Amino acid sequence: MRPILLQGHERSLTQIKFNREGDLLFSCSKDHVINVWFTDNGERLGTYDGHNGTVWTIDVDSQSRFLVSGSADNTMRLWSVETGKCLYEWEFPTAVKRVAFSEDDDQVVCITEQRMGHQGAIRVFDINREGDGTDQSSEPISFFNPTGSKAVVCAFAHDPSLIITGHESGKVALFNAKTGEEVQGNTRAHLDQVTDLQLSPDRSYFVTSSKDKTARLHDTRTLLVLKTYSTETPLNSAAISQGKPYILLGGGQDAMSVTTTSLRQGKFETRFWHMVLEEEVGRVKGHFGPVNTIAVHPKGTCYASGGEDGFVRVHHFDESYFRAKPYGDLEIED
Amino acid sequence: MYLPWDDSTGKSKGFLFATFKTAEDAAYAMAAMHRHPFDTKHTFHITRFTDVERYINIDEAWVEPEPETYKPREHLRAWLGDSQGRDQYATYRGDEVEVHWHGKPSQCEIAHARNGWTDLYVSWSPLGTYFATLHRQGVRLWGGSSWEAQQRFAHPFVKLIDFSPNEKFIVTWSHDPIHVPEGAQQGPQYFSPEDEGNNIAVWDIKTGNLLRTFPSATPEGEDGTKRQMQWPAMKWSADDQFVGRVTPSQQISVYELPSMRLHDKKSIKIEGVVDFEWCPHGDKDREDAEKAVAQGKKPKDNLLAYWTPEVANQPARVSVISFPGRNIMRQKNLFNVTECKLYWQNQGDFLCVKVDRHTKTKKSIFCNLEIFRVREKDFPVEVVELKDAVTDFSWEPKGERFAIISSNDPNLGNPAPGVTVKTDVSFYQLVRGKGDFKLLRSLPGRTSNTIRWSPRGRHVVLGTVGSTSKSELEFWDLDFNFDESRREGANQEKEWGTGIQLLGTADHYALTDAEWDPSGRYLATSASAWRHTIENGYAIWDFRGQEIEKHVLDRFKQFLWRPRPRTLLTKEQQRQIRRNLKEYSRQFDEEDAADESNVSAELIAQRKRLVDEWNAWRLRAKEELAEERKKRGKKVNDEKAPEEEKEEIQVWIDEVIEQIEEVIIE
Repeated sequence: MRPILLQGHERSLTQIKFNREGDLLFSCSKDHVINVWFTDNGERLGTYDGHNGTVWTIDVDSQSRFLVSGSADNTMRLWSVETGKCLYEWEFPTAVKRVAFSEDDDQVVCITEQRMGHQGAIRVFDINREGDGTDQSSEPISFFNPTGSKAVVCAFAHDPSLIITGHESGKVALFNAKTGEEVQGNTRAHLDQVTDLQLSPDRSYFVTSSKDKTARLHDTRTLLVLKTYSTETPLNSAAISQGKPYILLGGGQDAMSVTTTSLRQGKFETRFWHMVLEEEVGRVKGHFGPVNTIAVHPKGTCYASGGEDGFVRVHHFDESYFRAKPYGDLEIED
Repeated sequence: MYLPWDDSTGKSKGFLFATFKTAEDAAYAMAAMHRHPFDTKHTFHITRFTDVERYINIDEAWVEPEPETYKPREHLRAWLGDSQGRDQYATYRGDEVEVHWHGKPSQCEIAHARNGWTDLYVSWSPLGTYFATLHRQGVRLWGGSSWEAQQRFAHPFVKLIDFSPNEKFIVTWSHDPIHVPEGAQQGPQYFSPEDEGNNIAVWDIKTGNLLRTFPSATPEGEDGTKRQMQWPAMKWSADDQFVGRVTPSQQISVYELPSMRLHDKKSIKIEGVVDFEWCPHGDKDREDAEKAVAQGKKPKDNLLAYWTPEVANQPARVSVISFPGRNIMRQKNLFNVTECKLYWQNQGDFLCVKVDRHTKTKKSIFCNLEIFRVREKDFPVEVVELKDAVTDFSWEPKGERFAIISSNDPNLGNPAPGVTVKTDVSFYQLVRGKGDFKLLRSLPGRTSNTIRWSPRGRHVVLGTVGSTSKSELEFWDLDFNFDESRREGANQEKEWGTGIQLLGTADHYALTDAEWDPSGRYLATSASAWRHTIENGYAIWDFRGQEIEKHVLDRFKQFLWRPRPRTLLTKEQQRQIRRNLKEYSRQFDEEDAADESNVSAELIAQRKRLVDEWNAWRLRAKEELAEERKKRGKKVNDEKAPEEEKEEIQVWIDEVIEQIEEVIIE
């Protein structure tokens, strides 16, 4: 099926997210705006205005009630998904690079940038779900500075008392959410900066993408690398598909060197890899800039990619995709 | 300085003591003055005073050296005994050096891999016996089936190496002049203080001994700027007997092996000499040489070609001389010459001199090919005149054909990014009997800049190498309607140029190198990270241009086929094989078929195993997860959330197709 092109951003996309049901798609970009779309037809439902800087990251809770966003204007904001109103605003000394809800929606973790003499920090906030959501505590329940290379991506692990982080050096680590103590670490997970981290539905394994041109599948508990997917281009995003055992990878030449390279060299495609067999299954073309972020519908019926070119492309899978068995009858546990 | 005087004779005692401020000064004096001939009778020798002391203190009693026990060594050509007759190739990626077997898909495997095997690059010796790696300390040679170190040459900071054609000797070069620190190891395998300041070293491969060192000669350009050094700096005769070195515009010095002494104690003085090439030996030459040795006769002289540019009123000249006879066999004067290049056909049958000539105004450049037919009496010369500049020339190995790439593109010579130079490719063939070369076919309007003949001849690949916008490979067959089994019969009467056929085209994006395997069946192309960082990796194609393997590997640097030594079969045996080719091919077909079914079965089993492993891990992980959740006092949401009722979304789309306003006049 032809992809739906969502033209609602004026600058490159930074992150996109489906809600739990998959009927809504949230996107944020460097143009300061957060958009929400109907997945089904690509209609724009509304925007969340207020940030005064690049919106680096968003996450939506499992009830599609609250949306949390982090921006280069040094704030993290809580929004009402329904009304588009900003409910609460946290201020930090530096930009917010990553936010994530916990499994039970009652906590949020965020990473702030290391800049201007401030160390990169990880903060965990309790979210008060009672009332209209405007009554939030401004103080984090936990705050710590990971030593060594700065953290760039994070998420709650299978156990809400643990936080998985991906670092600039390529390290992947588990931190205790309360004490900030490093529980586990794999410094050699990647050779270069980790660019994305997405979890499996039960949070027992996760995929990371990196500038070192590989994506890797890790066991959340032990941080052991289960699978490696090597490509020939720096990767910006990796997503685990549902229903089918695929890993979706997106990337391309660095945004900086794009102007000097042709489309042919850029490799601005979304690649499908078989999760278990570590073989490339196929590619989807479309973007004319690097793919910055990929998200898969929670039921695996479609996926969306956001590019440096400012577009989000929503691809609904055809019947043939579900029928195809490129590797014969192999039963694979999700 | 103290000069002892013999009062009785009134003469000096014939020696003097000199003291220097520093050790470096002493070393410099040693290098400059040792063995300096004052006149024919008197030569000046220098001995270090420390050496004198050392020799005095040497224990005079002779101790019988312990005889070394003989250790059997692995056969260095073990890889040729492979039961499937596979070739090998080496790849260098990141720090990883790998040697692969290359055969049918199921037989491709890694023969040996080592991390950080080399510091710079790797190289095979010309007959494939040794594998050379370069390190800060020097060169190491490896070989045998277990890849043990075979030899080492301690030349610190070595950058370039070159083997002699028969793998007896090796030449190394380092940019840093040789420096022998105090207390360095000594012996025939190490540099001695006399070698200080030199850059080039010649070694014996079997013993590892240093034979001689030389300073590197950097030819100076017209305006005094240093031009790039020529490499190989030492040129070997085909039989490893001699090695020559050119001192630009002065002389060619030829050294005898293995003594490394200047042959006949004098160089060949040639005013203005720029470059020279030895004539390679063909199969027949080798046979003749063997016969001559068996009969106790002296083998035939080697041939050597050189050229000199126009100096003063003398025209430029190409000369062929014999060596060690030093007789001039043929000379040819040339006019309006900017540059010459010497190309010997690999059997030594022909010498082509590519002469870049300029018009009187020196504005435009065109090209002449002067072809010497060396096998005939008096070396007749045939001239092929061309209007364009020739950028590449290549003889067909063992053949009578050559290919050239010519271009009249104004962009030629000033490369700019994104500019692809248009070129023409032409094939020429010798007309038997008449003795001149005639155009077989010309392919105009190409972008190819590289010719790669298959080592067996007949097939040729034209490639566009090193360009960022084009990267085409064309696979040509020059004897398309020519039956291999009837090769012996002379069927030269075919229509001229009809045998040329394009077999296929292929594309390897941004390739930087292309190389045929030693059997001439496969072509390997690679994109090396030394040139650019886009899509590095390598691909292997068959002679028709079908892709067999392709690997895109980050940080890929080098691809090298392992060369093969010359065949040991006699002509008669080779003919026998060719005659029974049908018989063999049937055998191979059967093997292939059996193989194929094997492969798919293996692949399926492998996938099954991977999936099983994964499923087992998932089950375990799920269990553990459930337990942990229980511990935390949360309900296990094992049962799937009840399937939500599908929500029907009705979308009303109103489209106004047309609006017509009509004014109704009553």
